[in-house]
Amino acid sequence: MSTYLIKDVELVNGEKVAIGIADGVIAEISSKPTGSYDKVLDGSGCVALPGLVDLHTHLREPGREDAETVLTGTRAAARGGYTAVFAMANTDPVADTAGVVEQVVRLGREAGWCEVFAVGAVTKDLAGESMAELGAMAHSAAQVRVFSDDGKCVSDSQMMRRALEYVRQFDGVVAQHAQDPKLTVNAQMNEGSVSARLGLRGWPAVAEEGIIARDVLLASHVKSRLHICHVSTAGSVDIIRWAKSRGIDVTAEVTPHHLLLSDELVESYDPKFKVNPPLRSNEDIAALRMGLADGTIDIVATDHAPHPAEDKECEWAGAANGMIGLETALSVVQKTMVDTGLLNWSQVAGRMSITPAIIGRAKGQGVALAVGAPANICIYDPNQSQVVVAAEQISKSKNTPFVGMDLPGQVRHVFFQGKPTMISTQMVAR
Amino acid sequence: MSPELVTELPRHLLSIADLNHDQALLILDTAEELAKISDAPIKKLPTLRGRTIVNLFYEDSTRTRISFEAAAKRLSADVINFSAKGSSVSKGESLKDTALTLQAMGADAVILRHPESGAANRLAGWTNGVVINAGDGTHEHPTQALLDAFTIRRHLGTVGGDLEGKHIAIVGDVLHSRVARSNVLLLTLLGAKVTLVAPPTLIPVGVESWPVQISYAIDQVLPEVDAVMMLRVQSERMQNSFFPSTREYSRLFGLNLDRMNLLKNEALILHPGPMNRGLEISAECADGVHSVILEQVANGVSVRMAVLYLLLGGNIGVGS
Ligand SMILES: [Zn+2]
Repeated sequence: MSTYLIKDVELVNGEKVAIGIADGVIAEISSKPTGSYDKVLDGSGCVALPGLVDLHTHLREPGREDAETVLTGTRAAARGGYTAVFAMANTDPVADTAGVVEQVVRLGREAGWCEVFAVGAVTKDLAGESMAELGAMAHSAAQVRVFSDDGKCVSDSQMMRRALEYVRQFDGVVAQHAQDPKLTVNAQMNEGSVSARLGLRGWPAVAEEGIIARDVLLASHVKSRLHICHVSTAGSVDIIRWAKSRGIDVTAEVTPHHLLLSDELVESYDPKFKVNPPLRSNEDIAALRMGLADGTIDIVATDHAPHPAEDKECEWAGAANGMIGLETALSVVQKTMVDTGLLNWSQVAGRMSITPAIIGRAKGQGVALAVGAPANICIYDPNQSQVVVAAEQISKSKNTPFVGMDLPGQVRHVFFQGKPTMISTQMVAR
Repeated sequence: MSPELVTELPRHLLSIADLNHDQALLILDTAEELAKISDAPIKKLPTLRGRTIVNLFYEDSTRTRISFEAAAKRLSADVINFSAKGSSVSKGESLKDTALTLQAMGADAVILRHPESGAANRLAGWTNGVVINAGDGTHEHPTQALLDAFTIRRHLGTVGGDLEGKHIAIVGDVLHSRVARSNVLLLTLLGAKVTLVAPPTLIPVGVESWPVQISYAIDQVLPEVDAVMMLRVQSERMQNSFFPSTREYSRLFGLNLDRMNLLKNEALILHPGPMNRGLEISAECADGVHSVILEQVANGVSVRMAVLYLLLGGNIGVGS
């Protein structure tokens, strides 16, 4: 295994150092490195972050390999600075058995672009009716710790209570896609002044907030760990803040697109802006940013959701929900949180690497850069900027909502378990 | 009607929001001119000879399709009727493929009726031809609003003028009505005051941003208004508990003889059709002295001629 020295890079505390990598771990962090290395990389102008960890990725394999595969999705993740992703369970077949979760993890290992953790379904076939074999998935080779019916809400209160209780035996967490199904039948976009004007059926904030309120109370009652996926409304932030103040064991994520894009973009009727939960109002965006800044929202997760072109090149109502986001996540967080003064780089490392790894129990990931730590590293240049071009996304699908936007920053080098996956902004051939 | 004025109109007519006050008046004034032709013994103008206009209808609406067809033919255009009912949103040939096909056939304009909101906006992005929205989902129906405004102006306003100071009530299922959305935009653009009357379940969340007043009491509104527009109410809304029964709806919000007597003498009754007689409007009201419902149908042809004339008249070779 080659050894590397990344020179002139800044740690999150601003200290300028060189980082030596050998045998899969960080060999030294020093302003005057003493080791000898095979290759020297330029880190000037860059900040060194622990490899990013995405708690919410749709890799689409098995079942929708036309949209994404474990190989193409993890490669896109590496390009975005990630060294681990959690693959959501809504594949075909659904990841509701030990067999499927082990397959996904194995495909990830074979691809080698980053570590893949499998999320297990809470209910069989995501149908909400009977519990999937959570224990079998937890004790399988995939070691599943995060369970979610994402794409669908575990709407039945009793099922949610049981799942919260049951996963406690293996330190698991239920990640809820909070959406009251009865309030969102055929819902198309955020319910508010824009939906009123556009004549698109509304997805009201209360449909998310009502489920979150119920679930934090359930988690409190059974003393279990709860995670809320893709929080999108100001009211949800308030409820989670209240729950945390009461000591309830709840964590929450926000997506990059909900931090940046508002429902006014739907005026184009362009389905590249169609996502679930939908883009919300500017007031919601402000509340989400504040919530992420003050720690009410613990992490950023992409909800990377690839779809082939034909699923978006149609009328709004017929289009699929979802946006890709792995390759642009860090830039969007810089634009919305760092350049606005709401977060420093140390806090970004917490919200995009360290804390998601803790929530997902991802051993060896999300470890702050230190001598002896696994060499999962993202070297990021915040001084660059680039206009997002859909065709340049290396995800198999090109459905980025940020197309044409000038986003700050660029990932320069990425190391996964001591091996480079990206060097000088170029993917490493393998 | 000089070419300079023609170029003032937007390229497509997707929403009333695409129009400013002067553009809206230009369409109404042009419709007045063209209405005179409809009264003449020879009803045809050569303006659009050699141009191809496609009626692309993904929903049954015989009256709208016939109205556009008559308008196009009176301007000597070639009309192709393309009915694609049932193929929307389902897989198979997509709206985009259809758009590209029509463009390859040299369509100069596509008149689109579609069950999904925003379909006309999408189509406009895929074709070089002019797109006219003939009703998209629960979004808009701009030519319906234009013919409504034209009809109201003929009775209550002055030729060349707007609707400043007039008060118009729109009654019924505003939430699901493209006619209501286009009319709110157009009538207020022309200076009228608009009051929406409906049960709260049929008024969209977010309506606060509309320049209208809201009432739940039709009997208080009717004596105040210069025109009342009754919207079609679909009885299937009952199944989704927007209201408990058609009988209760009719009792609380329907226009009947007693309510008609609350109207000012000169007040108008409009309905975009097709009517549910006995539900939102009684036969006495639909056929009575206040009703201008049949005039709306006749005026529809003139207004659609004006839209085609203004959008296509000055643009030789678009899409071909
Ligand atoms: Zn989800």
